[in-house]
Amino acid sequence: MDDLTTIPDFGLGWLDASGPESDIVLSTRVRLARNLQGNAFGPRARVNDRESVLRRVQEAKDQSQHLSGASLWQLAEVDRRTQRILLERRLVSNDLLSGRNGGPNQGAAVLLSAQDPLSVMVNEEDHLRLQSLLSGLRLSEAWGMVDRLDEELGQTLPLAYHHEFGFLTSCPTNVGTGLRASVLMHLPGLVLTKEIGRVLKGLNQVGITFRGLYGEGSEVVGNFFQVSNQTTLGKSEEDLIDHLDQIIRQVTKYERQARQVLLREAAGVTEDKIWRAYGLLRFARALSFEEMINLLSGVRLGAGLKLLPDLRVYTLNKIMIYSQTAHLEQAASKDLPPPECDAHRASFVRRILANEGVVSSEGEDHPES
Amino acid sequence: MLCEICGENEAVVHFTQVVDNKTTTMHLCEKCAAEKGLETKQPEGNLPLADFLAKTGGDATVSDESQGDDPKCPFCGLSFSAFKEAGRLGCPQCYSTFDSYLRGLLRRIHGGTQHVGKVYLPPDPSITEREKRLEALRRKLQRAISTEDFERAAEIRDQIKSLEPAR
Repeated sequence: MDDLTTIPDFGLGWLDASGPESDIVLSTRVRLARNLQGNAFGPRARVNDRESVLRRVQEAKDQSQHLSGASLWQLAEVDRRTQRILLERRLVSNDLLSGRNGGPNQGAAVLLSAQDPLSVMVNEEDHLRLQSLLSGLRLSEAWGMVDRLDEELGQTLPLAYHHEFGFLTSCPTNVGTGLRASVLMHLPGLVLTKEIGRVLKGLNQVGITFRGLYGEGSEVVGNFFQVSNQTTLGKSEEDLIDHLDQIIRQVTKYERQARQVLLREAAGVTEDKIWRAYGLLRFARALSFEEMINLLSGVRLGAGLKLLPDLRVYTLNKIMIYSQTAHLEQAASKDLPPPECDAHRASFVRRILANEGVVSSEGEDHPES
Repeated sequence: MLCEICGENEAVVHFTQVVDNKTTTMHLCEKCAAEKGLETKQPEGNLPLADFLAKTGGDATVSDESQGDDPKCPFCGLSFSAFKEAGRLGCPQCYSTFDSYLRGLLRRIHGGTQHVGKVYLPPDPSITEREKRLEALRRKLQRAISTEDFERAAEIRDQIKSLEPAR
């Protein structure tokens, strides 16, 4: 079994903020749901179904170019903290980790590609969930990656496909293309100018939906929204991708406009909010994740508006991921109950900002000089 | 007050939504509220899709076979009532078993039932399956060319070539 130390950065390539619009669009994710013929879908699958699926996927992996050198993680055999780390990196879902006995089901697994930001969840609600995760707004590219992997796997694995309904999935909301493309957006401008309600309503009318940071059912925190296509049947994958891409570009433009409005109409308040957020992150001694993510939102807005010019988006992305509980526990090599965890989080954020995020404030002394 | 949707019946359901501190209230009659999936009683702990399915339960699109006893998928044993409760199908075969009901459901969710994306080619394809696959690949090729994604276009051309000799 692989150890997390063999792939310390897996799934974190997007943190480098190298993609287009990455100050607003943090990451692009495309996933394809696929099922194999001859086995019950996830929720009805018995142990032997899941084992058979896993065996067949392993065989396909051995013949795959895209997955050559990929590591396979059987989640029931992985310690709890590593499971949570994979979850915090959005490489596995909560569903995959919570099977019938509370922990992951026998046969629940994730394949992590050696070269590309590609991963495959095995024995989730659907037998296969192919996923690519890239920095910035790169929907076509992310789709191309999963499409190639899908083409390859489809040659060795008999997939459940219906001449009319397309690719069959456990949930009827995924049937057809099985494609869910989503981007993680940071929209503080629209929230602060109170335009967000209208934008979200508009999204709904054009078949686009949104969720919080952690996907389905999660709340919107820190003005981070996951925006994705709602329907999967009746349009080609390319049409779904193009449509979402156009909409996201539009929303990104609105967000930039809203930020300019803030600077024009409420410069003082906005600046104060941003500097307060920076100050708290830079010096607080205890931070809950929720407080941290809300402050990070302010600081991120400051970086985007060049009010905190020396702060890189990469640093802010890194804080967002590594300040999650399991990542902090991994760094501390021990479990961290809430009060201790909040202290560790604050200390981590202070350290990162001291090293990478020192910002000189108009005419004042440089804090570290 | 009259219902905001039909304008005919008395509004008895007042539905307030809060999105990012913005409050909107709708005043609807019982019938229109029910059509929008709003009920005066709070549904308990179901998955969103399961609620949706439960609400469409009295719908005329439910297949005849489901009216009497509770049909079961011959492959995985999932019963129609269990599907409606959980909102998840049990296996590929379920799509045939519950075909007539699913058509109505898919139309409501996706606006149609016909897949127009990638065409999967099974290991031992029939001529029609091969033709359909080629058709889809040609569409994809056109698109790649029109967006000047020539690397992609070359890949798709290879896929087309590998299928064509067998025609």
